[in-house]
Amino acid sequence: MTTGGTEEAVTDVPAPRAAAGPEAAPRSPGTRWLGPQRRNLWFWVFVGPFAIGLGLFTYVPLVWSVYLSFFDAHNTVSPSGSDFVGLGNYTAMLSDPAFLGSLGTFALFTVFIVPATYALSLALALMVNRLRFAQAFFRSVFFLPTACSYVVASVIWKLSVFNGVRFGLANTVLGWFGTDQTAWLSTTHPPWYWLVIVTVRLWLQAGFYMILFLAGLQRISPQLYEAAAMDGARPGWQVFRHITFPQLRATSVAVVLLLVINAFQAFDEFYNLLSDARGYPPYARPPLVYLYYTALGQDQNLGLGSAGAVILALIIAVATVVQARWFGLGRKEE
Amino acid sequence: MTEINRRRLLAAGGGAALAAGLATACGSNTGRGSGGSGPALSQWYHQYGEPGAQQAVKRYAAAYRKANVSVQWRPGDYDRQTAAALLTDSGPDVFEANGPLLDQIQGGQVVDLTAEVEPVKDDFHQAVLAPKIWQDKIWGIPQVVDMQLLYYRKSLLKKAGVRPPQTLDELVDGAKKLSGKKSKGLFLGNDGGVGVLGGTPLFAAGLSLITADGKVGFDDPAAARTLGKIRQLYADKSLLLGAPTDWSDPAAFIQGLTAMQWSGLWALPQIKKALGDDFGVLPFPKDGSGGKPSVQVGAYGSAVSARSSRKAEAKAFAKWLWVDRTDYQQDFALSYGFHIPARISLAKKARQLRSGPAADAVRFSADHGYAEPLLWTTADRTAYQDALSRIIKDGANPESELKSVVRKVNAELQRVKKK
Repeated sequence: MTTGGTEEAVTDVPAPRAAAGPEAAPRSPGTRWLGPQRRNLWFWVFVGPFAIGLGLFTYVPLVWSVYLSFFDAHNTVSPSGSDFVGLGNYTAMLSDPAFLGSLGTFALFTVFIVPATYALSLALALMVNRLRFAQAFFRSVFFLPTACSYVVASVIWKLSVFNGVRFGLANTVLGWFGTDQTAWLSTTHPPWYWLVIVTVRLWLQAGFYMILFLAGLQRISPQLYEAAAMDGARPGWQVFRHITFPQLRATSVAVVLLLVINAFQAFDEFYNLLSDARGYPPYARPPLVYLYYTALGQDQNLGLGSAGAVILALIIAVATVVQARWFGLGRKEE
Repeated sequence: MTEINRRRLLAAGGGAALAAGLATACGSNTGRGSGGSGPALSQWYHQYGEPGAQQAVKRYAAAYRKANVSVQWRPGDYDRQTAAALLTDSGPDVFEANGPLLDQIQGGQVVDLTAEVEPVKDDFHQAVLAPKIWQDKIWGIPQVVDMQLLYYRKSLLKKAGVRPPQTLDELVDGAKKLSGKKSKGLFLGNDGGVGVLGGTPLFAAGLSLITADGKVGFDDPAAARTLGKIRQLYADKSLLLGAPTDWSDPAAFIQGLTAMQWSGLWALPQIKKALGDDFGVLPFPKDGSGGKPSVQVGAYGSAVSARSSRKAEAKAFAKWLWVDRTDYQQDFALSYGFHIPARISLAKKARQLRSGPAADAVRFSADHGYAEPLLWTTADRTAYQDALSRIIKDGANPESELKSVVRKVNAELQRVKKK
């Protein structure tokens, strides 16, 4: 809706043809550069700062990182020619048991977190969707943890819920049943630290994916359920299996893709739950934590860290493409 | 009155945002002072927990007349912040360094301070000065000495019939006897000692991390035997794990969650206040016939950035504060936290260090103190700690684990010697 004569630009009638006619005055280079109605100028006023920021803080470091990956760049971002090592950093990284172990940790984490978050968020969405009253309240309650930072949640989990002494919440509850206190983050046999890592992320992100599933559920036509009921489908598992779940296919594909990418980016909860001023245990070190210690830690091995970052970026790209093709992401619904 | 249309409003908003963006981009907070007499110098410290320390260092800086020194007190991961800042021109002129590290020295990131320290070189605690020397040049001025030691609760040991451990075997046995359902015998940190112990058990076995002639110092069966005993502490469930605070904080010891704790000298005043005389201190006990008690000592050093545009002024200030002004050094060591002054002459004069457990600690640092050598790189430390974690927590074979660490350390020694 316009407000009158001051909205002269809204209609956007293309004027150049008239201006280009034999009677029209020739356009100056300045006018041409600025574009009709100074659109080029305004385009760059608005887009320029962000484009510059993107270039400076994303693409230049990216290209520089690839460049550094071919050098022995300890404590420097501008190595000299004598520091050139070719593919040495790549071979060192690919034969480094610690880096390969970190990829194993990521794989294990993905195996835990993707199905668990998927199942929990879908279950929450189904429950909230069925509520006859206070639906908005419960939707908010489950979504609210998404607003909490990973750092804060990790500190709460580490110090209050899963601390290893008798007055930690988990140990207090277990103590009522006569169980010994457990050092949740320090015990590797059994690996209780996974329980802490997985539950903190579940608490933080299940609400977000629940919202996605809720949106998917609300897109399913009620007529489908009515038709199913007419055909004698029993409410509950049978309807879920044959109607709801297949109808959520597109949402499910997006959720799984997002979950896997997020798992690759896992850093905050691992770092804040398990690191201390003196180090980090080798048994739960995902790739980003490993690269952080290699490149940005005191080691400052920026060449090796860059090689690791390139390898990791390639792995993520390949995994995403393969996964997208496997799930048929973007393919038209039949 | 002119009507403001949507386009003009957006244009004005965009212009204002651009102006604000440019203004932000042009400014940068380097921490340098904006006025005052003399050249401006920026000095960085990591965040000390002790109240008053920040005000003290600002007071020292304000007292310097030849430059306008601004102090930056940097919370968070200071060592990593500094390492990153040294790659740029916006870093500090003078800074505290947990080192400087060999790669920082070889990378030309810090300047030579030999001339500043030379006149009083022999007065420094030699164990902490040694890791600041590379190719006969001094790259950092030790500020204060920090050390680790074993605290034990006299009454709890007496009740359990355990004598203060003089050997590692006694420590293992005693910790087991002192462990119950509600408290444990020993606290070495929430990771079971992986992070804090470092080379201490190896020194206790009569070995070292890197020998004086620059070779691996623990390629010896005694190393595996000693680390196996640390595993025994874990397997016996004698270690406190998962405490709300870590080894550096004496809370677990004061609250009675553990009968013994490996912690720092800085914890001594807090423990004394809470427990009175019901505690004692020991070095890490020796192991084996060739063993000797050991305590790790270390010192933050004051260093000057090679990227500073005022290197001469920065060196002069570092010398003034950490070589000439012994009154400030004494004040910094003992008025806020609890550290041993890095200068032997000052440590001898310090009243607080002359009696009780504090005097014992000073004696341990002199008799049994070792510092991580300069050749012990971060990559070495990571490889060793990873192996230690697998030995202690997973029960991995100490001999095979140590063999892979020896290989890594040898490779690192080759790398740093090439430069």
